[in-house]
Amino acid sequence: MATVVSPVKTRPSIIVLLQEVQERYGYLPREEVARCARAAGISVAQAYGVASFYNFFKLSKPGKYPIRVCTGTACHVQGGQGLLERLRSELGIEPGETTPDGLFSLETVACLGACSMSPAMVVGDDVYGRVTPREIPRILARYRRRG
Amino acid sequence: MAQVLQIRPTAQQHRPRKVVAQPHFLVGAGTCGLAAGAEKVIQVLEAELAIRGTPAVIKRVGCMGMCKWEVMVDVWLPGRPRLSFGPVNEKNAKRLLHEYLDNGVVPGDMLLGVTPGYEEPPSLEEMEGRSITEEEWLTAPIQPGPNELPVVGRLPLLKDHPMMRHQLRIVLQNCGLIDPESLEEYLERGGYAGLQRALFELSPEQVIEEVTISGLRGRGGAGFPTGKKWALARQAKGSPKYVICNADEGDPGAFMDRSVLEGDPFRILEGMTISAYAIGASFGFIYVRAEYPLAVERLRKAIESAREHGLLGENILGTSFSFDIELKIGAGAFVCGEETALIASVEGKRGMPRPRPPYPAERGVFGCPTNINNVETYANIPDIVKRGGKWFASIGTEKSKGTKVFALSGKVRWSGLIEVPMGTSIRDIVFKIGGGIEGDRKFKAVQMGGPSGGCLPEALLDTPVDYDSLVAAGAIMGSGGMVVMDDTTCMVDVARFFLNFTREESCGQCTPCREGIARLYNLLEEITHRPGWNGGRLGAAKTAEERAALLEEIERLGRTIRDTSLCGLGQTAPSPVLSTLRYFRDEYMTHAVEARCPAGRCSDLLTYSIDEALCQGCAQCARSCPSGAIGGEKGKKYHINPDVCIRCALCLRVCNFGAVKAV
Repeated sequence: MATVVSPVKTRPSIIVLLQEVQERYGYLPREEVARCARAAGISVAQAYGVASFYNFFKLSKPGKYPIRVCTGTACHVQGGQGLLERLRSELGIEPGETTPDGLFSLETVACLGACSMSPAMVVGDDVYGRVTPREIPRILARYRRRG
Repeated sequence: MAQVLQIRPTAQQHRPRKVVAQPHFLVGAGTCGLAAGAEKVIQVLEAELAIRGTPAVIKRVGCMGMCKWEVMVDVWLPGRPRLSFGPVNEKNAKRLLHEYLDNGVVPGDMLLGVTPGYEEPPSLEEMEGRSITEEEWLTAPIQPGPNELPVVGRLPLLKDHPMMRHQLRIVLQNCGLIDPESLEEYLERGGYAGLQRALFELSPEQVIEEVTISGLRGRGGAGFPTGKKWALARQAKGSPKYVICNADEGDPGAFMDRSVLEGDPFRILEGMTISAYAIGASFGFIYVRAEYPLAVERLRKAIESAREHGLLGENILGTSFSFDIELKIGAGAFVCGEETALIASVEGKRGMPRPRPPYPAERGVFGCPTNINNVETYANIPDIVKRGGKWFASIGTEKSKGTKVFALSGKVRWSGLIEVPMGTSIRDIVFKIGGGIEGDRKFKAVQMGGPSGGCLPEALLDTPVDYDSLVAAGAIMGSGGMVVMDDTTCMVDVARFFLNFTREESCGQCTPCREGIARLYNLLEEITHRPGWNGGRLGAAKTAEERAALLEEIERLGRTIRDTSLCGLGQTAPSPVLSTLRYFRDEYMTHAVEARCPAGRCSDLLTYSIDEALCQGCAQCARSCPSGAIGGEKGKKYHINPDVCIRCALCLRVCNFGAVKAV
């Protein structure tokens, strides 16, 4: 009788290890990347090669409420760029940065897959669809109150 | 031997439940439903039902695809048909309960129709035992609301809804109807009958034969015949063999796979299991994007549930066939949609493509023969095996069989997820199913196939959607993103948008893609800015002739990248530019020669002014202007000095009164 043949696993995959670290810390601290590299049997440079290749991995600490603005096609056509501009000026940070109070970080994503709700953005775990730049201050205030 | 699950043997016998014992509320809670506020609606329903003390079931279902009417709530009361309502929000959810649950009156302005599963609205006998009379039922206050349904005498069917009536749903047949986490409901809808037929009635070769007869072609974009792919993997020497499901839906503007994964995950598991049986694999991977947390969650639960019921693992359905699936969460790289890059990523490496051959069917993941298909391809398999390849081949055109799912979005009135037979014209999709252009503006183009695809103009609206017609027209089927554009969309800007995307996503391995796309992007930057922009660093073209000549350079470079890049991503990256240049050359010329953007999108080519009639004197624009070009006094009218203005368009974006104009 045939049985399930799992793939041979001598060393754990660096991607999976890094994903676990990011899950725990929200980003990849230096010493953790080094630890993962040792566990996977590769050099730290190679581990960073993988970490910097994929958009998912963050090398700096994100805010308590990471804001992800969709820059997909539908969002672009529906004026998603305006959301990003407004967030930039409201928060005073660029994509990839975190506000000094550590509350918000800003990043862009290629597509959230919520094209019919475009333009869309995600704050923390909350998805916002058909957002207009005017609503941004109100949305941000909600999270500032929550602290 | 594992306990053998009782599965309904044939498709004909599958009949969804027609009655429920207690009220059911089925809330569309896919990512788009959630974005529209599904959780808030659920909270209201829970609270209101608690007040009433009514025992009821609230379920989160997948996406029906009618995003315009999100949040959609299906209400299914005992002895009544299942009715779809939308859009439901916190406010009208209360009214829905009050009018329909408490008083038995259907709120017509929210009704979308009787949900599929019923061929006809229930007969009067089926309606017996209700508290309202036939007269009351028929005269329920149904007005033609925003859903514009023709209502004559009886409740309309959802399948007759203007957005639904031109569709044919195979892949999406369960989405939005069943609880995606319930194996039982999938079985009730005829699930796993395909696998059962494969395992008990067909040899692996016969399964491949059915798929070959069906004419199914890969839905990931390239359209390679699936039967042929499977046959190659079956014949390949080497062991073990693997199957992979490519759920790395990276095209911006596409969400077909997400909706299927969120709405009907067991369908994918069944399709993959049949494929594994056919090629002789015993292990599979689903490579899914991390950006789709809900899809990951639903797949994880579905895999566990399938294992518990002997549909994955050792000795599936008591046979000697064993197969299991592991979920691989992608880490966000568009290039991983390319199959060799995806395989590298599954192996835990940087997701960089390698030259083919050898094809994955010979040397795939861990160097073993691997069959790799995308979500929609696998989603078609259960029905092909269940109903036979001939049935599938009877749908569609001569060379493109079956249906295709499209994610319709952009400037269309009714955006959403739709499924049509191959050969349907783009015009029918945009104007019949999509309801035409938002705000009755003028149609300009439809972008198909994402960053690898192209834009088709109005003159090509009658192009049928099949693989070959689309390629001939300069677009591709792609994975199925369809973004509609109106006269406010600038085609040069769209091309630049896609190039910016591919420029950032290029893995950097081969020079034409890495350097070529960056250079091509710079050329587009140059024509979407005024002459001498950026200190002339990016190019010295100043005169109209010099700038017009840039178009030739764009075309030449685009063709070079297309012909010389290593993988599909690089080869198709210039397509958005080449196709827009082919159909909208005038618009390019206007940008280059006249330094003008007719659609008013390219901010550096516009002139900004403040409409005094609309200006409220709030000073928002003056405060945000980085160059101090805006003068005026608080409480009075503001004005822009065009000589100082740097055309950053910030004032346009911060003005809350629409007073800033750009032409």
